[in-house]
Amino acid sequence: MSEIGNYLPTILSGLNMTLGVFFVTIIGSIPLGIIVALAMRSQYFMLRWFVNGYIWIMRGTPLLLQLIFVYYGLGMIGITFSRFNAVAFAFIINYAAYLAEIFRGGIQAIPQGQFEAAQVLGLSKTQSFFKVILPQVIKIVVPAFGNEVINLVKDTSLVYVIGLGDILRAGTIAASRDVSLIPYLIVGVVYLIMIAIVTLALRASEKKLNTWR
Amino acid sequence: MMKLKNLSKQYGDNVIFKNLSLELKDGEILTVMGPSGIGKTTLIKVLTGLEEAEAGQVEINGNEYEIGDPAISEQIGLVFQDFNLFPHLTVKENIALAPVLVKKRAKQEVDQKVNELLKQLGITEQADLYPYQLSGGQKQRVAIARALAMNPEVIIYDEPTSGLDEKSTEQVEKIMLALKKEGVSQMVVTHDLPFAEKVADTNFDFLKEIENEKNK
Ligand SMILES: Nc1ncnc2c1ncn2[C@@H]1O[C@H](COP(=O)(O)OP(=O)(O)OP(=O)(O)O)[C@@H](O)[C@H]1O
Ligand SMILES: [Mg+2]
Repeated sequence: MSEIGNYLPTILSGLNMTLGVFFVTIIGSIPLGIIVALAMRSQYFMLRWFVNGYIWIMRGTPLLLQLIFVYYGLGMIGITFSRFNAVAFAFIINYAAYLAEIFRGGIQAIPQGQFEAAQVLGLSKTQSFFKVILPQVIKIVVPAFGNEVINLVKDTSLVYVIGLGDILRAGTIAASRDVSLIPYLIVGVVYLIMIAIVTLALRASEKKLNTWR
Repeated sequence: MMKLKNLSKQYGDNVIFKNLSLELKDGEILTVMGPSGIGKTTLIKVLTGLEEAEAGQVEINGNEYEIGDPAISEQIGLVFQDFNLFPHLTVKENIALAPVLVKKRAKQEVDQKVNELLKQLGITEQADLYPYQLSGGQKQRVAIARALAMNPEVIIYDEPTSGLDEKSTEQVEKIMLALKKEGVSQMVVTHDLPFAEKVADTNFDFLKEIENEKNK
């Protein structure tokens, strides 16, 4: 028990980084994902072609590789990021691609009559999207979105590759210093707690969205 | 008064109607009847700007517009066949949405108008319900209220009684006749002959009009 007490502060010192990556990615990738989803529906084929290429790359290569490329690769051609900014950039563009696919499916699932009703009432395209379409899309995509959020919690552990100190890295350092598995055990429990919180939040929002059908 | 002049519409090479003309007098109910697939819904879509047309003019209250001019659809209220209510908004919110967003009316003023409409259409008790909680007839009335909230010159219905039982159909009749008394001009596409006979001042026979134009 006292061992756990010894390790806990060390491991929790990595929590800032883990949560920072998590929230920055959520906040950045949702609006970008929506914009990309709309671009996928654009009438300009060049734009559609471009965003489809972007999504293909983002979903077709490992996030770990993308992270290495953004931090080391772009550095070689003179585009330099701080470690955290590299992580933020790589995570946001990666997650935005997955979310864009989800949002696109959601928009497609909205009956044509909803767009028509909004148009006939005189709503502008923007008003129609934000007041009529998006609220319905959100309800449709919550489950798929939730899966991505849960993946993200675990993906934050990839930041070790460019030397950032998250909870897993803190645990690894402690484990190798003391030749003990207990730090890893604690790290696992911390992830489980985070996932439990995320799951509860998702359930609550699903319940709230169930006031209408 | 609304006059359609020489309206032509085709989907690709498929000519739906050509040089179609029609007149809806002030405060009258005009029924539009014709076989399935003839182009009745297409006519409504063209009028409300949901579909582009090849040619034609629309005159509303003495002002003439080329077809496609947004000023036309601004003056038309449309009641869709399957209502197309917004499922995430309550009855009240469905009705208030466009007056607030489009007409930029004050919220208080809109609330008052919404309450009047709810009362007029007998759906006051449903004000805070969501569309999924309504019967077909109630949905229909919300759709009518939503269209009326924009104070249109003309209100158009696409098959308002399809899928409604006798009682709800009677309610639609009553509402339409009450609106007529207020001087609202109404155009109604329908297959329901008994219903049409009860409400119509004039009937537009879509098939006959199209045949006439072809034989010219
Ligand atoms: N988006 C479209 N693209 C191509 N053709 C279409 C389109 N919409 C309708 N049509 C065709 O136009 C014709 C008229 O259709 P419309 O829906 O206006 O008929 P309608 O008179 O309303 O029939 P109903 O009484 O069954 O509702 C049909 O032949 C239909 O196949
Ligand atoms: Mg039709």
